[in-house]
Amino acid sequence: MIPAKFDYKPASSAEEAIALLAEYGDEAKIIAGGHSLLPLMKLRLANPEVLIDIGGINDLSFIEDKGDHIAVGALTRHRLVEQSDLLKEHIPLLAHTAGHVGDPQVRNRGTIGGSLCHGDPASDLPAVVLATRASLLITGPNGERKVEADDFFTDFWETAVAEDELLTEIQFPKFTGQEWSFQKFNRRAQDWAIVGCALQHSDNPGIGMINMGTTPVRASAAEAALKSGEANSDVADLADDGLSPPSDIHGQEDYRRHLSRVLLGRALDNS
Amino acid sequence: MTFPIKITVNGKSHETEVDPRTLLVHFLREDCQLTGTHVGCDTSNCGACTVLLNGEAVKSCTVLTVQATNQEVQTVEGLAPPDGPYTPIQEGFRQEHGLQCGYCTPGMLMAGTALLNEIDNPSEEQIREHLEGNLCRCTGYEMIVRSIQWAAENPDGIPVEIGEGS
Ligand SMILES: Cc1cc2nc3c(=O)[nH]c(=O)nc-3n(C[C@H](O)[C@H](O)[C@H](O)COP(=O)(O)OP(=O)(O)OC[C@H]3O[C@@H](n4cnc5c(N)ncnc54)[C@H](O)[C@@H]3O)c2cc1C
Ligand code: FES
Ligand code: FES
Repeated sequence: MIPAKFDYKPASSAEEAIALLAEYGDEAKIIAGGHSLLPLMKLRLANPEVLIDIGGINDLSFIEDKGDHIAVGALTRHRLVEQSDLLKEHIPLLAHTAGHVGDPQVRNRGTIGGSLCHGDPASDLPAVVLATRASLLITGPNGERKVEADDFFTDFWETAVAEDELLTEIQFPKFTGQEWSFQKFNRRAQDWAIVGCALQHSDNPGIGMINMGTTPVRASAAEAALKSGEANSDVADLADDGLSPPSDIHGQEDYRRHLSRVLLGRALDNS
Repeated sequence: MTFPIKITVNGKSHETEVDPRTLLVHFLREDCQLTGTHVGCDTSNCGACTVLLNGEAVKSCTVLTVQATNQEVQTVEGLAPPDGPYTPIQEGFRQEHGLQCGYCTPGMLMAGTALLNEIDNPSEEQIREHLEGNLCRCTGYEMIVRSIQWAAENPDGIPVEIGEGS
């Protein structure tokens, strides 16, 4: 399978990428690691006329200590996130989860920014962005703006990043609590989660759910119950409260609801 | 429209032009005539197309050739020189019967090579985790794991000439 024809435009800086986006408009698509986009292009489910490659913008690949938060460049590959000592120390949930994305070959290519901009409710890292209450920096023709995790995932495969914008940085507040857990239920090692959850337990607990709606979603009812000190089993029973999980070949809605409660229960007991 | 590229494959520099939609695996197989890299699934799942890009294992069916420009690729043909000796991991697959039909083998060898470049003496669990992205339809996983363990235990391999047997 070979993608449809396109024009290839490598960008050497974020500014150049934004200028190219302005020039080619909705005919263009950004490619980072290509591990979501290329499979879609091979199946001809995506047919951009112009591909703007940001893969060579080294300035967008970084993990930096900024005092109260860690800043991660959008182009940082999953493997670097997984292996970062800074992240293992300050946002262990993120480093751990990055190590569970796909397989080693996928983690060598895929980027955190691509994972988030793809906006797939089945992806692992969006759940972490929700659980950690991260902020996202988006750069466009009018400069930079900051979007909170709760406002980033807008619809199925849709995010707050507009067609002429680039996600450039994700800011993760340092985790000061002790307990966190990532739970992923899949059939084979490299598969996507049928359901998953990411939990950070602190004064303001965060729970991000995987594959439990049309977008990456937060388990708000369970978060509130956890914050008010309810028993783990009661918190877990609220995992799917207010959420509308999909039905597909991997599982029906009621099965996903059941799984979400079991997985959140495990996360709470493990954390 | 074509795009100019310069790629080093197994130490040899290739300066040419490609249609930007050319996948790296097709460039390697068709332009470089290196047919050791296989296409199994063509959907990023099986790992038969695994090559090293700047030393890291990647699935070449999910990389555009243009994305690899100015970079270094190593394929299974780049492991042992044509007149031997095998690298330890190749020898390991021979000693421990790490292949049946051989279709997955180039990908297994490259994924295993990347692992041993990173960790000299991986545990069985580390080997299995590292091979998550590589499928063997002859279900030879036990022997594949043992082959990689053999390579880790024998970092100097066995210096036999290819073709001589032993
Ligand atoms: C076999 C396989 C298994 C996988 N398993 C998992 C899994 O278990 N869990 C999981 O979470 N993911 C999984 N993935 C997806 C993987 O995480 C991808 O790497 C990731 O979803 C996309 O990152 P990318 O850099 O490859 O993005 P690309 O494919 O390059 O881009 C994805 C989308 O985001 C846009 N984009 C990328 N970067 C930016 C940016 N900085 N600003 C604006 N727009 C941008 C692109 O235009 C495109 O629409 C798997 C992928 C494969 C091939
Ligand atoms: S052919 Fe590339 S992963 Fe199967
Ligand atoms: S040896 Fe036949 S597929 Fe692995």
